[in-house]
Amino acid sequence: MRYLPHTPSDRVEMLAKIGASSIDDLFKDVPRAAWLNDPVDLPSHASELEVERHLSALAAQNMTASNVPFFVGGGAYKHHVPATVDYVIQRSEFLTSYTPYQPEITQGTLQYLFEFQTQVAELFGMEVANASMYDGSTAASEAVLMAQRVTKRNKAVISGRLHPHYRDVMATVIGKSDGQLDYAPLLFGQDEDLAARLDSDTACVVVQYPDFIGQPNDFSALATAVHEAGALLIVVVTEVVALGLLRAPGDMGADIVVGEGQSIGNGLNFGGPYVGLFATRQKYLRQMPGRLCGETVDADGKRGFVLTLSTREQHIRRDKATSNICTNSGLCALAFTIHMTLLGGQGLTRLARLNHERMIRLVTALEPLKIELMNEHFFNEVTLRLPIAAAPLVERLAARGILAGIPLTRLSPSTDFENYLILATTEVVTDADIDQLVSALAEELSEAGQ
Amino acid sequence: MSETFSGNRGLQLEEGLIFEIGAFDKSGVDLAVPADMPLRIGVASREPIALPGLSEPEAVRHYVRLSQKNHSIDAGLYPLGSCTMKHNPRLNEKMARLPGLSDIHPLQPVSTVQGALALMDELAHWLTTLTAMPAIALSPKAGAHGELCGMMAIQAAIAARGELAHRKRVLVPESAHGTNPATAALLGFSVDEISATEDGRVDVVDLKKKLGDDVAAIMLTNPNTCGLFERDIIEIADAVHAAGGYFYCDGANFNAIVGRVRPGDLGVDAMHINLHKTFSTPHGGGGPGSGPTVLSDRLAPYAPRPFVRRDGQGFSLVEHADDAPEAFGRMVAFHGQMGMFVRALSYMLSHGSDGLRQVADDAVLNANYILASLQDVMSASYAGPCMHEALFDDSFLRGTGIDTLDFAKALIDEGFHPMTMYFPLVVHGAMLIEPTETESKASLDQFIATMRALVKAALDGETERFHQAPRFAPRRRLDETRAARQPVLRYHAPSMAAAAE
Amino acid sequence: MSDIRYTKDHEWVRREGDVLVVGITQYAQAQLGDVVYVEVPDAGRVLSAGGEAAVVESVKAASEVYAPLSGSVVEGNAALADNPALVNEEPEAGGWFFTMVCDDQAAFDTLMDEAAYQAYVKEID
Repeated sequence: MRYLPHTPSDRVEMLAKIGASSIDDLFKDVPRAAWLNDPVDLPSHASELEVERHLSALAAQNMTASNVPFFVGGGAYKHHVPATVDYVIQRSEFLTSYTPYQPEITQGTLQYLFEFQTQVAELFGMEVANASMYDGSTAASEAVLMAQRVTKRNKAVISGRLHPHYRDVMATVIGKSDGQLDYAPLLFGQDEDLAARLDSDTACVVVQYPDFIGQPNDFSALATAVHEAGALLIVVVTEVVALGLLRAPGDMGADIVVGEGQSIGNGLNFGGPYVGLFATRQKYLRQMPGRLCGETVDADGKRGFVLTLSTREQHIRRDKATSNICTNSGLCALAFTIHMTLLGGQGLTRLARLNHERMIRLVTALEPLKIELMNEHFFNEVTLRLPIAAAPLVERLAARGILAGIPLTRLSPSTDFENYLILATTEVVTDADIDQLVSALAEELSEAGQ
Repeated sequence: MSETFSGNRGLQLEEGLIFEIGAFDKSGVDLAVPADMPLRIGVASREPIALPGLSEPEAVRHYVRLSQKNHSIDAGLYPLGSCTMKHNPRLNEKMARLPGLSDIHPLQPVSTVQGALALMDELAHWLTTLTAMPAIALSPKAGAHGELCGMMAIQAAIAARGELAHRKRVLVPESAHGTNPATAALLGFSVDEISATEDGRVDVVDLKKKLGDDVAAIMLTNPNTCGLFERDIIEIADAVHAAGGYFYCDGANFNAIVGRVRPGDLGVDAMHINLHKTFSTPHGGGGPGSGPTVLSDRLAPYAPRPFVRRDGQGFSLVEHADDAPEAFGRMVAFHGQMGMFVRALSYMLSHGSDGLRQVADDAVLNANYILASLQDVMSASYAGPCMHEALFDDSFLRGTGIDTLDFAKALIDEGFHPMTMYFPLVVHGAMLIEPTETESKASLDQFIATMRALVKAALDGETERFHQAPRFAPRRRLDETRAARQPVLRYHAPSMAAAAE
Repeated sequence: MSDIRYTKDHEWVRREGDVLVVGITQYAQAQLGDVVYVEVPDAGRVLSAGGEAAVVESVKAASEVYAPLSGSVVEGNAALADNPALVNEEPEAGGWFFTMVCDDQAAFDTLMDEAAYQAYVKEID
């Protein structure tokens, strides 16, 4: 078998050195009741060719984003990733290296993490960022837990415009740890009044930016109210490219900013692996979860980097840890930082403008149709109210080879939202794609008598 | 004073930070010029982002130079106990990059991704069959996340029995990995430690004393963190079940028994599997991992959303609370680490069940070969045979003035990544060595010879070799005290710092 | 000369007028290595003997500092926030952790005195 180096004579020699007569001897502690004489009932080994055929057949059954007009967003976005990124992350020394616990021989990893932390902090307008987390949704939950620790209070007020999956994850994790979650409902056509829900037990208020219907909202006034109540403002960013164009959350008074970094450097990958981003103010540093990379010097006085402040983490504090996180998202963070380095700040701003321009074009092209735009403002995602049900429409358009966004009921099943559709446009969407979508929608509406 | 003018030493090239070498008006991406349209963003625009860019040639050079400072399993043996640093097959990478598996969105209509759901279902089949467990949660994003999943399922089962108020204790061996008590505490449980016997196993007498009707669960690793199979595990499982508790198994060491022993046959109720350990997905310098968690019949109803369901001829995804009322909730947005599922399945298909059984056999063989070859000069903590990893403590270094850390740093100068140090906490100055099955006999022999030579050097009084190590790595020992006392966690431009003064 | 006692967890307690000053011993700081962070209790916090009072972190480990006696905290040592190294440099002087008042003066006398503590350290080393 190609991944196993030993020859039969190797095994014989090694057993002799050990003083065992067979491998079975080495498993003598396994209880008889659990002893397996034969391999488990699964197919036996396969060549590369056979594996390729098998997995390619599964791959062929899926409609890929690059092959069709593609308007699906909802927390994961298709952006163009430069070829350099995938080349670099496949280098042996990045792909197959371990967590940098021996810093003398992992300065490559540590330096890129330091650069990554700097980029994330700068993009968010915050003072310090960690070395990444699993994804945006778990980062958001960790932010609430952190706010509870910092304020020593329990309640979290959650915007109705937070991605429904993120709300769901919070309910699962926070609900278990003595917290209370106060959910504002999802409303259209009016601003949320989250400040009205503040009281003396509020640890934090959580908002999304742009929110999950695609609207950027200025939360500076909310930040003031939250701070007056002694609570923290947590801002969740699911489309990090937006920060190329929108005012930074830190500049609007956020105390903790979390996000999903997938948009930069990482492909769609059917939902994972992604990369969680987490940043906060310097004064809350010790309550921040996740790995941290810091600068120092070595015995010769040369600058170097190490994982630091590890005593917050599980392997040291055990039952007093700030979270049970073990891994960060290493290679995905590397992909993020490479792409961000290739773009540069100005490049990200230009990319963001291109995204926004695509949506302006789409929204303009939709104007003649009897479709209501639910957003007052947008970046690269909008929510529309159609005169017909959105989910069956999306199925029909998929059958015609157009991936026309996400029916809101996919994320928030409720009869109230049956006609709502969420559409995203990134820089990969062409004029032809937009025309195709708009004419398909027009046809669908006219067939429905609209 | 540097020996060279550039500060470089042959192929060891120094490299600055992107903030030192880049420029604000540089970029390595060609983008169209956006049309000059009035913005409809509704909020103020971003101030200029103070992050530099690099052209493509500069970026490639920067990252290639950084990569050259890293050790990796592709370059040499990583004897890291409990990490299972095995070879990462490149076929896995090729398969994960098939557009049909990578260029698909989690929220596309389910009818357009039937192949992806079929793949998840097939992976689930392999994992549940290998473990003899009826159900699995695929969504946890890493091992620790899988632990959380398993313990949440247990908590849900206890709540369903109306016993949540009084079943608040979790039993954990003293040798457990730190994530175990951290997970239990996160869920509001109190943690009771169980002591070990002289031969490194869970003390069943102590365990039974600590059982009671207020015990929610036991969290065990098997083989345990000392690299030993828990012989009494079925008796332990039975005792815990009889007391009304559940058995969580940390699957970090599954590589020792995959294809040889099925955790379901041992009485396990929940076990996370580290795809990045047993199933060869790359460690990536710290992630991403993947921690699917298998569940027993008693816990299956509480498995989190989303999960794949067979639906007549095809597959559907169960995502909403109304469609799975007993599920304890959702652990992540979207469906889990699909990229790692593809890699792991590619690996499983390649090995097949016969190959996977051989994996465990060779992993255990290799660890015992190392144990047998070093135990006369180093202090093995427990008599053999071990499973897939061998544990030593630092008593063989007593009186030399050299500790485990010094020994490990000297190993770096010899071209090896050190073994796991100071874990488990139950022995002094622990050195935990796990070679994995992908090391050849020649590779092991070279490691063994080097270790024997280092031991001799230590006993011969060559303390400076150890105290000064590493001397040949890209960096000498780093000042971790300074990093913690004066944290510098991001770059600050010198001009900004000067202005601030 | 001030009245000083020791615990088995390597804390020292020194009577100074109405309050008791608490810190960790020379032996303890040597075991810990370089201290990088200290979490001292807030004024007014109620302590019970043997319960956690403070946390001291070195690079690789975090250890609890336990309340030697029951009572309440008067003041935590604010100097340790900026200069945790004081714990290593002056463990039994400037590196004190907190001061407290104790409700049971007799309990103070039951703790080990200097001689007993030195004997104890010799025994465990």
